[in-house]
Amino acid sequence: MIDTIKFLFERDTWQELYDSMSKNKLRTIVTMIGVWWGILLLIGLLGSAKGMENSFNRLFSNFATNSVFIWGNNTSKPFKGFQEGRWVRLSLNDTDKIRDNVPGVEFVVPRSQTQGLVTKNLLSGNFSIAGDYPLLDKVEKKKLIHGRFINQTDIEEKRKVVVIEEDAYKQLFEKDAEAIGDYVLINNINFKVVGIYKSSNISMGPTTDMHIPFTTFQAMYNRGDKIGWMIITGKTGYDIVQLEEDAKLLIKNLNSIHPEDNRALGSANAGKEIAKVTGFLKGMQFLTWFVGIATLIAGVFAIGNILLITVKERTKEIGVRRALGATPFEIKRQIVVEAVFITLVAGLFGIISGGWILILLDYKYGQGAEAVLVNASVSIAIVFVALIILVTLGSLIGLIPAFKATSIKPIEALREE
Amino acid sequence: MLKINQLHKSYPIGDSSLHVLKGIDLSVDQGEMVAIMGSSGSGKSTLLNIIGMLDEADTGDYILDGLPINNLTEKKAAVYRNKFLGFIFQSFNLINYKNAIENVALPLYYQGIKRKERVEKAKFHLEKVGLLDWAEHLPKELSGGQKQRVAIARALAANPKLLLADEPTGALDTKTSYEIMAFIQSLNDEGKTILMVTHEEDIANMCKRIVRLRDGVIMEDKKVTQVRAEQYV
Repeated sequence: MIDTIKFLFERDTWQELYDSMSKNKLRTIVTMIGVWWGILLLIGLLGSAKGMENSFNRLFSNFATNSVFIWGNNTSKPFKGFQEGRWVRLSLNDTDKIRDNVPGVEFVVPRSQTQGLVTKNLLSGNFSIAGDYPLLDKVEKKKLIHGRFINQTDIEEKRKVVVIEEDAYKQLFEKDAEAIGDYVLINNINFKVVGIYKSSNISMGPTTDMHIPFTTFQAMYNRGDKIGWMIITGKTGYDIVQLEEDAKLLIKNLNSIHPEDNRALGSANAGKEIAKVTGFLKGMQFLTWFVGIATLIAGVFAIGNILLITVKERTKEIGVRRALGATPFEIKRQIVVEAVFITLVAGLFGIISGGWILILLDYKYGQGAEAVLVNASVSIAIVFVALIILVTLGSLIGLIPAFKATSIKPIEALREE
Repeated sequence: MLKINQLHKSYPIGDSSLHVLKGIDLSVDQGEMVAIMGSSGSGKSTLLNIIGMLDEADTGDYILDGLPINNLTEKKAAVYRNKFLGFIFQSFNLINYKNAIENVALPLYYQGIKRKERVEKAKFHLEKVGLLDWAEHLPKELSGGQKQRVAIARALAANPKLLLADEPTGALDTKTSYEIMAFIQSLNDEGKTILMVTHEEDIANMCKRIVRLRDGVIMEDKKVTQVRAEQYV
């Protein structure tokens, strides 16, 4: 052991290594390219997959992924004296009952929405206006640039306040005009702007340009307790698909809908859709690892193969060295040191250039809010584990030709022409 | 110096085996210069390989300088080869990517001698074979005679007790052959024990003793009057 350490610090060892590598440039370069490419691919692939995952995570970060939207359609079956074709209108009663009776429900958010003309001085536009509870902010996080979202007091006092989307703000207000505290006309009623938000990248259901208090909305448009649709989110650990079924059954019960009427209620299950995406991501990660590791192994085999060919080429030399007094151990040690050195150096180069690739990817695809790859990176631990595996495999593979080199008798090696 | 008793060696060939050495008795004293002759297949190379510890005998005794050589591990054989023996090959067997001085220094490297000392010793031996000016040249830049002289310098580097030469002039023209022989004779004059395999009569006659092998047995073992090679050079 001590001998081996001493051996590693001797100039002769490296002289031998340098001679053997520099006199066989092609072999050295081909081997190094194999390993370098393997590491580079591994880092490039893992980094890109991570970047894509981050990008998806960022996309969904403002959005309750475990949610389902339910709205009323026309019934397709007669039931309890009602004709088919009746329009089902969901109500606050439904949302209350769901909140109280369906297991696993986290939030139930009733929403109403309409199109309306909104005017500010001489500027006007047709916008979608929604009546909302503060709870909406919990299931679809609003990125507020200025001001606040609707609060409980707004609801209780039916205040005439509005939170507007950034694009709507740009349409209605002069550039850089202070909007908070200013008024816009909705349906010829003055509403005070209390917040401006940026729309998130992903949302389910119809887009909304302005939010006013739910109670204000219901009174203004004379909706009573009827709602447009509801968003239900599930607590972690509960199956959102089951939750959707439970909620629908309850609604059918409350609204005298045939239990097997599948058209009376419309729904969109975000959980289901997102599960597809995350499933795809998982599959891609698996593929990445698979390809990366396979590439690494291929690289290592390439080294082994090349060393093996080299040993064949060098059989005579090894025979001469043994005739001159090299012990089998000394021969093996030299070959293994060569294998380890080549893999280590090429691996380090691979890590460095893999890093460059990731920087390049980040520069090209990782900028801005719409970036495909967010923070494409590989944990340094993974990189070093890969390198250690590579070096270990490299030395093990190096042992094969080393044993082959010393298993033939020197006399046979010398005879080889 | 060297004593061999009832040495047998056979090689397996398919199912049968080829009995190459059939009981060799040979003893060589310090300072001798022995030529081993025989047609191809007579077992002369096998004998040299066993003496050189590159191959092992099946049965029989081999004692080198009072040291019994049998059942050697590869490691021990390597150490003995390094300490006791110097090899000269027909095809020189220089390492092609090392220059002359590095080739000469190689046995010293395996002896664990420090670099500086190695280079000094290697220089000394290169000077002895008259090639100090060629120290930095690669084998491919040297002529056949020069290569063999580098190989001789390499064989001498570790100061071996016994010099083994396998057809040392086999790849050289006559003039160069005699030059090399003259040099080997001068080494013998200085007291080196030399054993060489050859099939050329004139080369054999430049030794002091000729051992003739045929079909694995010694046919003849006689002392001869040495023909000096200098006169032909």
